[in-house]
Amino acid sequence: MFSYVLRRIGVGAGLVLLVLTLIFLALHLVPGDPAMLLLSQGDGASVTPEAVARVRTQLGLDEPLLTQYWQFLSGALTGDLGESFRNQQAVSEAIGERLPRTLELVGLATLIAVVVGVPWGALAARKGGWFDSLTSVLTSIGVALPVFVFGSVLILVFALNLGWLPAGGFAEWGEDPGRHAQVLVLPAIALAVGFASTVARMTRSAVLEMLHQDWVRTARSLGLSRRAVFRRYVLRNSLTPVVTTVGIGVGTLLGSTVLVERVFNYPGLSSLLVEAVTARDYPVVQGIVITIAVLFVSINILVDVLYGVLDPRVRR
Amino acid sequence: MRVLTRLRHALSPLRAVALAYVGLMLLVLLLAPVISPHDPLTQDVANRLQSPGLGTHLLGTDELGRDILSRVVHGARVELLIALGATLLAMVLGTLLGLLGGYFGGLVEVLTMRVLVDVLLAFPPIILVLLAVTLRGPGTATLIVAMGVLFAPTFARIAYGQVISVKRLEYVEAATAFGAPTRTRLLGVILPNISAPLIVQVSLTIATAILLESGLSYLGLGVVPPTPSWGSMVAQGQRYLSSDPHVLLVPGAFVVLTILAFGLVGDALRSGLDPKSRNQR
Repeated sequence: MFSYVLRRIGVGAGLVLLVLTLIFLALHLVPGDPAMLLLSQGDGASVTPEAVARVRTQLGLDEPLLTQYWQFLSGALTGDLGESFRNQQAVSEAIGERLPRTLELVGLATLIAVVVGVPWGALAARKGGWFDSLTSVLTSIGVALPVFVFGSVLILVFALNLGWLPAGGFAEWGEDPGRHAQVLVLPAIALAVGFASTVARMTRSAVLEMLHQDWVRTARSLGLSRRAVFRRYVLRNSLTPVVTTVGIGVGTLLGSTVLVERVFNYPGLSSLLVEAVTARDYPVVQGIVITIAVLFVSINILVDVLYGVLDPRVRR
Repeated sequence: MRVLTRLRHALSPLRAVALAYVGLMLLVLLLAPVISPHDPLTQDVANRLQSPGLGTHLLGTDELGRDILSRVVHGARVELLIALGATLLAMVLGTLLGLLGGYFGGLVEVLTMRVLVDVLLAFPPIILVLLAVTLRGPGTATLIVAMGVLFAPTFARIAYGQVISVKRLEYVEAATAFGAPTRTRLLGVILPNISAPLIVQVSLTIATAILLESGLSYLGLGVVPPTPSWGSMVAQGQRYLSSDPHVLLVPGAFVVLTILAFGLVGDALRSGLDPKSRNQR
């Protein structure tokens, strides 16, 4: 088990290195001078040479490519992600402030999706009939619902018409814990709907596959009740593919927060990303992309390790 | 013929409706200027924020008095052009990567499947597109290229898995024995035999592309205004949500329906073309 975990971490570290290289190359592979590209607003307006020189120094574009690469890597690994073009704030500091809020949102959404999705999918597989058909239709819709449309509908119904919950915003836990919790509800639901549908679908097909295994029939013929076989064996064995789905899904959720945070005016990491993209504040964008990619890879390693815990056959 | 019969069996009433809708959308793509009742950009402030109803503006008007139906129709055109373009690019790029990686193995496999594909899959999709938009600025071309590259790994993985499973089969060996060059073996012999799951993926990728593109346009980082797009229409509508929800709900509904329809057509193709799919009981 230990060597399996070590191997997974090794592969993950290699992947992170490649990811960093890709992000580094992105700036240099795009045709044209990166400094000019970042300064021009697409309207062909003239850019002052001083501004170009400033951007070049700030991004270290005057150094030889290998030196730049080394500085970029060592910076990324030690948490030095440069300074924002707009307000000279350290990028790592800005990320440190915003990241916990986004993680809280993603965590809550994942919890909702798993708590709703797994029992729902399992029930659909077990009951069959109209409930299964209904599930199939509802999950198709759930997967197709863009978070920004569904989020707006949630605001319309629960904030504007019923007035049960705030339409958006944010409150620090330390200042107003009640409001902090209230504000999280609608965005988390908006994020969770598509994810819960995916989890329900995956659970359904995994459970269906297990129900048709020979050992289920054997267990039944040995006198175990249908309920006991289902609870003790079928469900447990079905969970491994579901864990993978959840792992991939968390990464996708991380991406979807970009939209949800805008809909609900939630000041998390993703809204900082959108602000930075709009202002073409490259150091901030780059820092956030690195952070999210590293998080994404780490989640996948965690999932693989969990997979090994659940299914000893994987740990070869 | 057998394929057609199987496809017909896979077509539940719901999927048939979805297929009809997809057909309608493709028609809109071609005929947008003819179908659209008004100019999508003409402002008519006297008639702003009209509710949907029978009259000159079937689906109502927005805050500048522009006809929402016309904007939805023109938006559909942009939306589909980008989605189709990105999907086509992704299919060509990804299939090529997967074919090469699967067929040659060794170093080629490491470079294509491990380095390129795995690295691209290490990002949530929307994040990479945002990186591209920061560098190039928003616009149709940026979106098509960025999303095309982004969706390529899915096709690569499918093609790769398929090539691995067929490359040792007799008909490929027969082609080798007859002296067919590598290019013919890959594109003429293997590709037609592994195309079914790739075709299924096309429909699903179009749905994903529409989802992503409308999201970016919603953020104001996709299609550049004044060109109408569904995402930016939803964003506009959010400001009038309490008084005139139709400004948001109409384009929102079209995004949902279109994604749903392409997804359902993908499901139908899968159960019709892929005998291994076990979604049915």
